[in-house]
Formats: sequence, C-alpha cells, structure tokens
Amino acid sequence: MNKNMQKKSPFAHLTEEQILELEKEFDRIHEEVYNDLGERDRRYIKSVISAQRQLAVAGRVLLLASLSRTSWIAGTACLGTAKILENMEIGHNVMHGQWDWMNDPDIHSSTWDWDTASTAHAWKHSHNYIHHTYTNILGVDKDLGYEIMRIDPKQTWHPRYLLQPLYNLALMALFEWGVAVHDMDIDAIRRREKPLSDVWEDLKGISGKARAQIIKDYVGWPLVSALAVGAAQTASQGRMVKPRSEPIRQLLPGSAKRRTLSRLIGAADAVLPVAKRAFVSTLAANATANLIRNVWTHAIIFCGHFPDQTYTFTQEETENESRGEWYLRQLVGAANIEGTPLFHVMSGNLGYQVEHHLYPDMPSTRYAEIAPKVKEICERYELPYNTGRFGHQWGTVHRTIFRLAFPGGKPRSKPGPYKRTEDEKPPARLSEASRYRARMPASSA
Amino acid sequence: MAERGAEPEVHPVRRRALRAVRHLFSPLLPDDYLELINPLWTTKELRGRVEKIEWQGSQAVTVSIMPGFNWPGHKPGQYIRLGVLINGRFHWRAYSLTSDPEPEDGLISLSPKVVESGTVSPYLVHRITPGTIVRLGEIEGVFTLPDPLPEKMLFISAGSGITPIISMLRSLDHRQEVNDVVIVHSAHKADEVMFGDVLKDLDDRYPGFRLHLRITEHDSLFTVDQLDDVCPDWREREAFCSGPGEMTDSFLDHFEENGLSDHIHYERFQPVIGGQGKGGAGGKVHLTHSKVTAECDGDTPILEVGEEAGVKMPYGCRIGVCHTCVGTLLSGQIRDLRSGEVGGSKGDTIRTCVNTAEGDIAIGL
Ligand code: FES
Repeated sequence: MNKNMQKKSPFAHLTEEQILELEKEFDRIHEEVYNDLGERDRRYIKSVISAQRQLAVAGRVLLLASLSRTSWIAGTACLGTAKILENMEIGHNVMHGQWDWMNDPDIHSSTWDWDTASTAHAWKHSHNYIHHTYTNILGVDKDLGYEIMRIDPKQTWHPRYLLQPLYNLALMALFEWGVAVHDMDIDAIRRREKPLSDVWEDLKGISGKARAQIIKDYVGWPLVSALAVGAAQTASQGRMVKPRSEPIRQLLPGSAKRRTLSRLIGAADAVLPVAKRAFVSTLAANATANLIRNVWTHAIIFCGHFPDQTYTFTQEETENESRGEWYLRQLVGAANIEGTPLFHVMSGNLGYQVEHHLYPDMPSTRYAEIAPKVKEICERYELPYNTGRFGHQWGTVHRTIFRLAFPGGKPRSKPGPYKRTEDEKPPARLSEASRYRARMPASSA
Repeated sequence: MAERGAEPEVHPVRRRALRAVRHLFSPLLPDDYLELINPLWTTKELRGRVEKIEWQGSQAVTVSIMPGFNWPGHKPGQYIRLGVLINGRFHWRAYSLTSDPEPEDGLISLSPKVVESGTVSPYLVHRITPGTIVRLGEIEGVFTLPDPLPEKMLFISAGSGITPIISMLRSLDHRQEVNDVVIVHSAHKADEVMFGDVLKDLDDRYPGFRLHLRITEHDSLFTVDQLDDVCPDWREREAFCSGPGEMTDSFLDHFEENGLSDHIHYERFQPVIGGQGKGGAGGKVHLTHSKVTAECDGDTPILEVGEEAGVKMPYGCRIGVCHTCVGTLLSGQIRDLRSGEVGGSKGDTIRTCVNTAEGDIAIGL
C-alpha cells in the first residue's frame, strides 16, 4: 500500500496480511450467496416486477378519471410509486447484472431498458464501469459532484460553485435528465477526447429516450384520458361532467346554426372542453409522477456517497491498489441509510449502499442478509461502517453542498471503527455473527 | 445474453394491434403486461404449457406440451430446444420431437431419458408437473424423412436414439405409408425400452413392419456384422441410424465401405466436446471488447477460456445449438472441438462454446 495513504486512511492500521485475509473474507460472502441463489430469489424479483406493472396499470386506469380529484391523487401516487420501483429496485439492479444468473432474457442486463432519460448502454458504462470501479477517487469518479458541484473540500473552489445550491435544486427536479447528460461525459467532450461520432450517438440515444417519454407521458396517455372522458360524456349525453361554459356555438356565424349542424355543435360543446381538461390534468399527473420519482432518486443517490462519514481518495493513493484494498475503498466510500424493509425496496436497496458497493452484482435482496456479516468484519478489523437515519444522511449531504459552495471547508470528522450499539437487536445479529465467525478460520486480528 | 424462445407465428391483426399501442408502454411492450394475465400470451417468444407426463419405459417420460400460439409444425426426426426453469435458473436442452408432426390434439411431445448426473433430464423425468410453462426454441435438425418417401426403409437405433425415429414412424402411420419397414432397436433392459407399446402396435397392424428388439443385457450388441442376417436386403434400403456415437460411426463406415454412403441418414445429436479435437495447437485468445487476453490450451472451448479469465461471456446451451455465444472472429484460426476441423476467416461469426483457438486469435466479444 502507498505510504501516503497509510497516514490518513481508515485502514492504516491493517497489515498486508490482514488485507489479504479481508479480501478472502469478502470473497467468501459473495461465494456463499452465489451458491445459495435460487427459486426464492427469482420469486422475489418476479413479484417486484409484477407489483410494479400492476401499480403502473392501476395508475393509468385511475388517471382515465383524472378529472376527479381523488382519482387524480391516487393515480399519480400509483404511477409515481411504479416509476420509483421501476428505476430503483428493478432497473438499476437488473442493469448491474444482479439477475443475470437466472439466464432469463426478460430480466437480463444485456436487454433491459428503463423508463428514464439515459440509455441503458450509456448508463452501464458511466455507472457500472466508471463509478463502481473508481468509486470516490477524485478526478476519476465523475459521480463525485457530477462535474457541477463541489462536495469534497479537496476539490479546488471556483466561483461557479457559488451557485451550486441552485444547481442542486434544479438537478433534484430534473434528475433523470441530469443523469443522461452526465453520462455523456461533458469533461471529455470539452477536452476533445471524445470522438464527435460518439457524442452524436449519445445525443441520438437521449433524444430517443426523450421522445419515448414525451409520447407516452405527455401525449399518449393524456390523449387516452381525453378520449375516455369524451366517450363517457357522449354516451351519457353530456350529463357525465358538467361542462364549464365554453360554448363553441358562439364562435360560429349565425348562418351555421342550422339543425343538424347545431346539434353536432351542441354535442361538441358538451364534449370537447371536458376532453381538453382531462388531457391537461392527466398530463399534469404524469409530470408530477416523474417529478416525484426524480426527487426521490436524487435523495437516495446523494445519500449514498456524500454524507459526512464517507472517505474520498486521490489518484496517487489508489495506484496499484490490491483487490482487498479495493474492497476497503468501497467499504468506506459509501454510506447506508437505515430504514424499514419497505423503505429499502423503494430505494432499490440502496440504503445498503455499502453492501452494494462491495458486491454490485449481487441480487439486492441479499444485502440485508449479509449486512450483519459485513458489520461483523468491520468490528473485528476495526473499520468504520457508515450508516445513519435518512433525515440525518440527507441533512449532512445538503449541509456540505451549501458549505462547499464557498471557498475553504475542512473534511468533517469521520466515525471511528464500527461498534455494535445497544439498540441493535442482539439475538438475531449476535447469532448470525457468531455463526459466521464459527465458519471462518481463526483470524489474527 | 440469455437464450430466448423462437418467435411465434402470431396472427397479423394481433401483431399490428400490439404495435399500434406499444408507445404507450415504452420501454416495455404490451406483451409484458399481457404476460401477467397469461404467460403464454407474450408474442416475444413461443412458450408452451405442459399438459401431461407419461412414463416411457422405466427411465424416460413423454412430456406433452400445448404451444401458446400456432405450432409451425416440424419434420419428423427434427429436434427442438426446450427452456425450463430449475431452481430459479433457465436451462436449455435440445430434445427430439416424438409427436406426430400433425397431431390431432395439438400437443407436441418430447421424451427425455434420465441422466442421473444431469440437471435437466432428472427434472423433466421426476419433477415437472402439468401446468408448468416452458420456453420453446427453434426447430432444427437434418435427420428427417426424405420426400418422396423411399420404398424400403431400415431404422437402426439404440436407447433414447429411438426418439426421432418414433416421430418418423408416427408420421408414416398417420399417412398410412408403413409399407416395408425394418427396425432394429436395442435397449439395455426389457423394462427400459422406450415406446415399446407403440412399436408393438405398429408391428401388429402392418404386415410390412418388422421389429427386431434386442435387449443387450442378454443379447449381444447389434453390430454391422449382423446386418446381413437380420436384414439381408439392407443394401436396397434407405437407412436411418440414431444412437450412441460409436454405433452411428460404425454403421456410417460400413455403408461407406459398401459404396452406399448416400443411403444412410443420421444426426450427431449431442456434439462431443473436447472428444475428437485433442492435440490442437492452442494459442492466445484476445477478447477485444473486454480487452482481455487469455491463454488457451487448444482443448478448452473459447467460452470457458473467457469465463476463466473473468469475462462475462454470453452463452445459452453450451453445446453448439443455440447460437447465443457467438462472436466475430477478427483474426486467427479456430478448431471445431466436435469435428477437429480447423478453419475460420476474418469476419466469421463463431460459436465460442464449441470452438477452440488454433494459434492466436482475436474475437469481438
Ligand atoms: S452456447 Fe449455445 S451455441 Fe454456444
């Protein structure tokens, strides 16, 4: 290990042998889980996928009646939830290859596409490869500040960062677009390292995704709502929804007020304005669902690496890094969020960001199961295990974003080695840890 | 990429209707939602529902399947890839179709024999239940009945090698064309004979059908020397041979020595991997997309070489039938592990599961 790194790093106290031991222990957890994958795991992902699709259908159906306030709220909530599930627990994890072992072409990283603005191809490169390989290495991991923010005091300040609380707000609302543009690697384009043909390909990809989202959420389904309401209104001879006065008849010259035409216009008068309102309110509902999803994913993603507890690394520190050191960097470069099982599903199990970074290809459901083992390793080797409640993590992330908008700033104090706390349920955890320890060769720690 | 079933024959109106609304569902397809109601309704791939399972001798079963969409039909003697879910994973294997190509009940069937050390056949023989949904792949195979039908035919089979032949016989029966047929079938034990009753029944009904059943537990193995005794006019017959590799090889040689190689039909159903190919040169395998170079000993499939080097290689069947594992050959020569043949030129798509490197090669994978 690099001398420089030893001085300040949270693993300076470990000997090379210990790091080698650690590597084996981490490898073994992966192996144990992979040997055990089977029907139970498949059933889980299949049921999440089916729940997500049913929610999406429920949302779309409820929004056919988007003129009713209750229906609008319920439909938007269903759709927003479906979109969150689709992006987080399904899309992100499938594209990591977590479910490739099933050999099922319908749930496979090579074929999956998701309902967001960045193409699967670009995202797999920038996220799976760049971010997960070079996690928290300044200047290499582009997810550190997403090239527009200063989130580590080691990044040099520039006046443009003064506005970063504002960028952040915009990014929150438009997160999926932010990610899409980020995938393009603006930095490389600026340095003219990226061939224009690639840039063109990216733009084509993003505009394809944009078109799909516009057609579906902002034209297609609003139109379906409008047609449905229009049809109901016609069938009920205008009694379904009381039209507000927007009489088309008045627009016509007097000569047009003959009988058939007049009746037609009468009907249009009753139907068209209502259909138009249905179109607009469904469109608004879909936009709201996208917004909900964006704000939520932004919150979860930012809590993964930017809370105070996490460590960042310089490129020199990570030169010639061994596999064990890679594990260690993943361990201290990520931070967990504590929460209920439902919270973990809704966050794509990224509340287990630490476990996810150690094992990006492991089915997400297993993170909760291996967390005690990871903690146990941390305890035994005196390593930090970063975690905190959602509000706390989110708070420290945004405090950093505000503080580092201005020059200066010091690294916040980091947690010490992990210690089991009083309120961590001892029975289940203890037995899990001791069972695990029993299987491990005696360690020198 | 994981292997997928064959594209089904779907009514054009249905296809067009699905296409028309697909933008409302992107990035999914309407199929992804229809599938929630009934997994057979997806038009992405052909699937089937297992209807019944019947014992076929003491070690094999016949699995009858109702396909979700119109069954395109097969030529008697062909095989199909079947995808089944075992403990959360899809496994693919090729099996001969044993059903009549024009089945009256619409069911297709295949008849796996158990290989206890295997994964798929024990599942099919012991565990699969009616109602299970399976994936159906392409229909393949060149071991089929010729058109027009030859006047006189001779079938030589052993063990589960009878399966493609049963489909041929059923088709002949269906067409009332069982005129002059000799079949020599060997099985190890009497209770292991697959389709014993079907063969009996044909024997009873058609005077031109002659059945020689050999139980190798007692009788000697059927070899080329006995051909003249069992079937003196074999030279006038069109022969169909299906069974273990050595058996097929010996009959092939025999027919060739007699200048009759056009008269024998056969299929190497299960490719022999690593068998014949011994002693190749080997070389470096360069996987260009993954930027990995690995040493290959000339006996290991490129697929395994890549996997051992830590690359996520695409594969499906791993025995050379599904074409999931293909990559483009960018340079060098490869050796087919089944035939030992050396070949390949730049730009060929090659199957990594049944080919090995012959000297240094580069593949776009
Ligand atoms: S894996 Fe099926 S052909 Fe190679």
